Amino acid sequence: MNVTEANSVVLRKLLIFTVIMFGFGFALVPFYEKICEVTGLNNLLQADTLAENTQVDTARWVTVELDANTRGLPWQFKPLQSSVRVHPGELTQVVYEVRNNSDREINGQAIPSYSPQLLGKHLKKLECFCFSKQVLKPREVRQMPVQFLIEPGLPTDINTVTISYTFFELGNDNTASLDINADQI
Amino acid sequence: MAAVHDHDIAHAHDHHPTGLMRWLTSTNHKDIGTMYLWFSFIMFLTGGVMALTIRAELFQPGIQIVNPEFFNQLTTLHGLVMIFGAIMPAFVGFANWQVPMMIGAPDMAFARMNNWSFWLLPPAALLLLGSFFAPGGAPAGGWTIYPPLSVQMGMGMDMTIFAIHIMGASSIMGSINIITTILNMRAPGMTLMKMPLFVWTWLITAYLLVLVMPVLAGAVTMLLTDRNFGTNFFNAAGGGDPVMFQHIFWFFGHPEVYIMILPAFGIVSEIIPTFARKPLFGYSSMVYATASIAILSCIVWAHHMFTAGMPVTGQLFFMYATMLIAVPTGVKVFNWTATMWRGSMTFETPMLFAIGFIFLFTLGGFSGVVCAIVPIDIQVQDTYYVIAHFHYVLVSGALFAIFGGAYYWLPKWTGHMYDETLGKWHFWLSMFFFNLTFFVQHFLGLAGMPRRIPDYALQFADFNMISSIGAFGFGLSQLLFLYVVLKCIRGGAKASAEVWEGGKTLEWTLPSPAPYHSFETPPVIR
Ligand code: HEM
Ligand SMILES: [Cu+2]
Repeated sequence: MNVTEANSVVLRKLLIFTVIMFGFGFALVPFYEKICEVTGLNNLLQADTLAENTQVDTARWVTVELDANTRGLPWQFKPLQSSVRVHPGELTQVVYEVRNNSDREINGQAIPSYSPQLLGKHLKKLECFCFSKQVLKPREVRQMPVQFLIEPGLPTDINTVTISYTFFELGNDNTASLDINADQI
Repeated sequence: MAAVHDHDIAHAHDHHPTGLMRWLTSTNHKDIGTMYLWFSFIMFLTGGVMALTIRAELFQPGIQIVNPEFFNQLTTLHGLVMIFGAIMPAFVGFANWQVPMMIGAPDMAFARMNNWSFWLLPPAALLLLGSFFAPGGAPAGGWTIYPPLSVQMGMGMDMTIFAIHIMGASSIMGSINIITTILNMRAPGMTLMKMPLFVWTWLITAYLLVLVMPVLAGAVTMLLTDRNFGTNFFNAAGGGDPVMFQHIFWFFGHPEVYIMILPAFGIVSEIIPTFARKPLFGYSSMVYATASIAILSCIVWAHHMFTAGMPVTGQLFFMYATMLIAVPTGVKVFNWTATMWRGSMTFETPMLFAIGFIFLFTLGGFSGVVCAIVPIDIQVQDTYYVIAHFHYVLVSGALFAIFGGAYYWLPKWTGHMYDETLGKWHFWLSMFFFNLTFFVQHFLGLAGMPRRIPDYALQFADFNMISSIGAFGFGLSQLLFLYVVLKCIRGGAKASAEVWEGGKTLEWTLPSPAPYHSFETPPVIR
């Protein structure tokens, strides 16, 4: 084999390797999702289960502020109460209201966000409109409950927390990935 | 593929075109190396102007010169231009010039492809810089182009994504060329473990490049489809996850920082033995250390994400893995020092830059280890402390090695000695102003000044003013380098073939300037 041929062999191998690594970048996506699922990280859109004997810590109050936003869709979205005071461990229900101000049917998905970040660990949501996509007919109004409790394990220096939801529009072509999430619930 | 067979013809014809066509069509490794180096220098000045604008704005608290949006565009483009435009092409330029000469090969393996890898760069640079003029301006979310910002920005972001694609393709082609040249075209008798260290570090760097560049290409492709074609890789609303981008990006990003430093290690490992007039201490441990750094660099990426939300086990793993890198790095620093130990040293400009490199790079390595400690990083992440860290490893690391290498090989390239006095001035001015600029940034960072912010609280004013003065001094000193290089090309004392009395690698057996075609008949290595 002369040098030119030997060179093309190396070239071919390295090109194949490059293509494989390009694919590997995309393979990281399902891999990442799998890891999050297995380790239970990032399960914002799934219902939590409750340990049976949660104690209610009646000696403590935590103020839960409720926030609502929409991004890029003609909906009006607000909590019916701007904040609630709860005892850690106490099961609480709040209600959000959403109204479709347009004349077309729209699919929306709410994504929660917590402040402080630490709350994510100690907030258990048993029921939430964010667990599935919401389809609103033209001008439809809907009231949606959220059932949650804050674990007594929340550090005692935290007295006020915020639960915030943002509604995003799902184009009809965009629903595929969410249906997968819906299956997992 | 035509590229494969072209090199046979490339040195068959001795009449090469002149003028612009010579450069456009050249397949000669020296011509292409020269173009890479000039391209890199132009990008260095371009990125430098952006840096000086940033520092001018930060000279005093308050907003004086640029508006905040433009400021953010400047920091973003400064990073991208310096990394992809200045540092990486400079090292590829060195590889083009030196690798064939140091292994006794006539040229690079794929000469036509070599021409392509260079000529992809100028259009990419134009796209990148052109994004300033796009509606909405250049990307402004930082060189790391994190979503959600990068998904929301104007079309400047799309231009940047294409530029990254093109520059990535260029790097991959360059790397394939370098790997093939090194594997197949060494002179008879030059076994792998007899290769000069510069060649070794580039071989390993090139493998890193083909390993991670395609992953970056994948990441920016996903950004592009998220932006334009309704996919939801990083879009939370559609079930995607912006933090995933950070993982994929840094899977590329951390090896990338070693891509920018391993060839620098190689250059320093050539300079130190020459001017200490002793063989490199611990050659094989140098090779193994380089390889282990490269391997380790692939499993530490999440140290850039300690505050992005990660389980404690993850933080611990990435913390310890990152600290582990300091071990092979320490081996290298030890070996360079041991090479100088009892050597008969002289301190010409290349040696000054190499010693400056060892001091300051090590300092940057130390602040890296500090950043790697999770509880500390949670404090300093996204502050000027990180800025100080990576400028110590990139400017006084990679860039100083590039300057050292340029002075070291300029006589071989041009046939003239450079002006030693001015070279020394360049070194000392750079050394002084570099530290003036960046050392104080450690204090700013520890005191909590965030990065990528055009305005700051009053208590940071003094250090920022010092830093800005240093930056202008540093920037102006680089014009001196330009002058020295031009002067050296135009004329100067005739350089001998050997140039430095301690140089032992093959390029010093060729006349100066190195002939257009070197080693038509391979040298024999004893
Ligand atoms: C002992 C070796 C090193 C260690 C332990 C180390 C560690 C780290 C850590 C932990 C960070 C993240 C800091 C943060 O964002 O809070 C960081 C950032 C960085 N390092 Fe290093 N590093 C080392 C060497 C290098 C080298 C050799 C380079 C380049 C030549 C480099 C370039 C960078 C860059 C560019 C960043 C900032 C990226 C950004 O956020 O924009 N580091 N380093
Ligand atoms: Cu890193």
